[in-house]
Amino acid sequence: MKVNHSFSHSEAACLVSRTRREFLRDAAGLVAGGAVLQASPFARGESVRKKRKVVVVTFGGGARDQETFAPEGQENIPHMLSEMAPQSSFFTHVTNKGILGHYVATASLATGVYETLNNFASVAPEHPTIFEYFRKELKRPSSDAWVVAPSNGFHRIGESEVRGFGPGQGARVILPKRLLGLASAGRDVDLEHLLHDNYETPLYTPVLAGGEVELHQMETILKLSVGDFASHARTLSSPDELSLYIAKRLMREEAPSLLWITMHDIDVAHSGAFSLYIDGIRRTDRLCAELWKTIQTEPEYAGNTTMFVLPDFGRDSDFDAGGNGFQHHRTGDAASRTTWMMVLGAGARQGVVYDTPVQSIDLVPSIGAMMGFSPSQSSGKLIRELV
Amino acid sequence: MLPRDLKAESFASYPPEARRIAIDHLETLRRLPLSFVPSLLRELIDYDYKFPVERSTIEKEISALKSLKDDEVHEWFTEFAAISLSSSLTTFSWVDLPAQFVEQEAAYLWSTHQLDSFRKAAKDYGDRLERLKEPEPNDLRRLGIAVVGRDVSTYDGLLFKNLRKHGTYFTSVSPQNGLKSLLAAVEKRAEADQARYAHWYVDGGSPVAHSDRITSVAYDALAPVRNSLLKRMQAEISRPGMGPEELRTVLARLNPADVGMEGNMDPVLSRFQLKLFTEGSGTQIYSTTFVQWTSREILRRAQARTLLVRYAPRQRQRPLNELLAGEHGEAELDPSGSLIDAEMGAYYHWINQQRLPGSEGSGFIAWFEGHNQAVAIGPSMPRGTESNSAIDLERLVSLVLA
Repeated sequence: MKVNHSFSHSEAACLVSRTRREFLRDAAGLVAGGAVLQASPFARGESVRKKRKVVVVTFGGGARDQETFAPEGQENIPHMLSEMAPQSSFFTHVTNKGILGHYVATASLATGVYETLNNFASVAPEHPTIFEYFRKELKRPSSDAWVVAPSNGFHRIGESEVRGFGPGQGARVILPKRLLGLASAGRDVDLEHLLHDNYETPLYTPVLAGGEVELHQMETILKLSVGDFASHARTLSSPDELSLYIAKRLMREEAPSLLWITMHDIDVAHSGAFSLYIDGIRRTDRLCAELWKTIQTEPEYAGNTTMFVLPDFGRDSDFDAGGNGFQHHRTGDAASRTTWMMVLGAGARQGVVYDTPVQSIDLVPSIGAMMGFSPSQSSGKLIRELV
Repeated sequence: MLPRDLKAESFASYPPEARRIAIDHLETLRRLPLSFVPSLLRELIDYDYKFPVERSTIEKEISALKSLKDDEVHEWFTEFAAISLSSSLTTFSWVDLPAQFVEQEAAYLWSTHQLDSFRKAAKDYGDRLERLKEPEPNDLRRLGIAVVGRDVSTYDGLLFKNLRKHGTYFTSVSPQNGLKSLLAAVEKRAEADQARYAHWYVDGGSPVAHSDRITSVAYDALAPVRNSLLKRMQAEISRPGMGPEELRTVLARLNPADVGMEGNMDPVLSRFQLKLFTEGSGTQIYSTTFVQWTSREILRRAQARTLLVRYAPRQRQRPLNELLAGEHGEAELDPSGSLIDAEMGAYYHWINQQRLPGSEGSGFIAWFEGHNQAVAIGPSMPRGTESNSAIDLERLVSLVLA
């Protein structure tokens, strides 16, 4: 066989999403969205809207079809397939046309604009974030919008510097790995390997000032002592497990209406070890299901919460000579740009697959329509199937 | 500076052979757009340290460009010329630092949504060059061998699942003297075809004895280089103002001597080995990644006619709770995880081999070391089938090249 890649970008993207859809139909018994003709399940009165909560989880950092929803990858996502997909509206064809770095891509997801900021710089998004729109228009306090993020590089994800929005008007950001580093300071533990900031540039960690304030917040907001936090962390196996632990604590103590959790264990793929990448996918699958169960059992969230799960982007194809397969997301090929989105909970039609191409920047206006705010500077479009 | 402003002095920092070629082709380089030229110079600047196949490729590419008439240059490079670049890129020292320019150009293309246009331009250019290529007859068909799973006693998963559909899966392979017979096959080919850097053996641990006609790279033997490099990286990172891009620039400028590689080593091979660590991601940490990346680079750069790689167990990734417990001790190994890494590495080995000329006639074997399972791919091997026939590895080598 001569290896070639004669598919055009759009043909490949369509093939990817079709494969995913057909598999989902077979495996999870889902139906095509085109056959569903009821009125929008998200159409609700203002009283419901006030109680509406949204949780966004980025299935990070980047996983391909062949290790997730394609037939050969199904063994890696048993929870999402058997427990979550049948309850979800599943979008098979989500395209990210922006820069494929985790911070900049997550910032793009959060602003609804393809951001062009330096992925490795400590800068705010260039456009208002979903958290700023949400708080400003709905007059919500800072405690109502939170981000749980993996690395120091994400510490400015919560708000832009745009006039009329900006500092103090966005989400509060919590960085569990940083907290763990602060809580473990001075102890004889080797956390260097764990606490490296990200897998794209594993040897570089942006320096953040402060520390004492964050530990204080952990005690006052999460009702968690430094000692208890550190000792619970000792029972966990990965940074994303730590993030989930913090997110659950936030849900219990603060019950934010808009909660954004960025996972990143999967991005260990940058190390080139395929088995670790697969372990990361399996762990994230389990953690997503655990979060979904928490949403269904926490009194503040049960019955009124919509959960979005989507990768920020995919990873390079095995067949693009410019890349090295699963290891990176550098080529910009169809496999690295084409992803999926799962929507569960309040208002979501259950067991429906939508083939309609949508873009990752469509998330913000769609959540805006659901929650009742207008992301005026977003260049994304409403996902009609949701609103 | 733009390409049209190039002068002979512009290449003063280039190694002798690279400088000679650049100066000999100044007129050619001046006719090309800035969005393209640094990509060519990135290859040219290392000419003195490149493998013979790479040198030949560069020479042919530049000769092809030289032969173009003005209207042909316009036709070939219209797409590149349409790429807009920032003022910081046009003022960048792209002659002296072409690789750094290309990296910054890539970031700029991403941020201005021009990446797809650039990819298309690059692909079209590659296709044009490909059409000019004349087939180079070589009687020795390419052979790839991946030995995986050292120190794994049992494995319940579906082995070689990506490769099986392309060849025959054997379940009764005799493991007796398996590695020895595979190495003997490589040695025999190296005896018959004595081209330099054509026959390789890569080991993820310590290499077994082999003929010096085979070019060899081994992870354990490079431990001093890895350690020296990691120390250097840590020192650089702690300097004020150091970020990931600056670090990459520092790494790109390193010479083998900077990380303790001996001066009497083959300069081509020592540069190659250094780049495995400075350009590869994870190669410094995991032996399985090192072997996979090395096989990719050997095929891409040296276009090896024979490549035997043997994966060894990599160090185990320690989970959070162990790190927090402060358990230090010796780094443990992860043989079963390494088998999964190696299985994927073998698949990529085959894919990379198939990208090379003569892929229709090439052969490939992946063998579970010490066990009875192997997959064999070749022009005469039935695809997607399984064989329970007793066979040894020597016979398998002859079958895949039959």
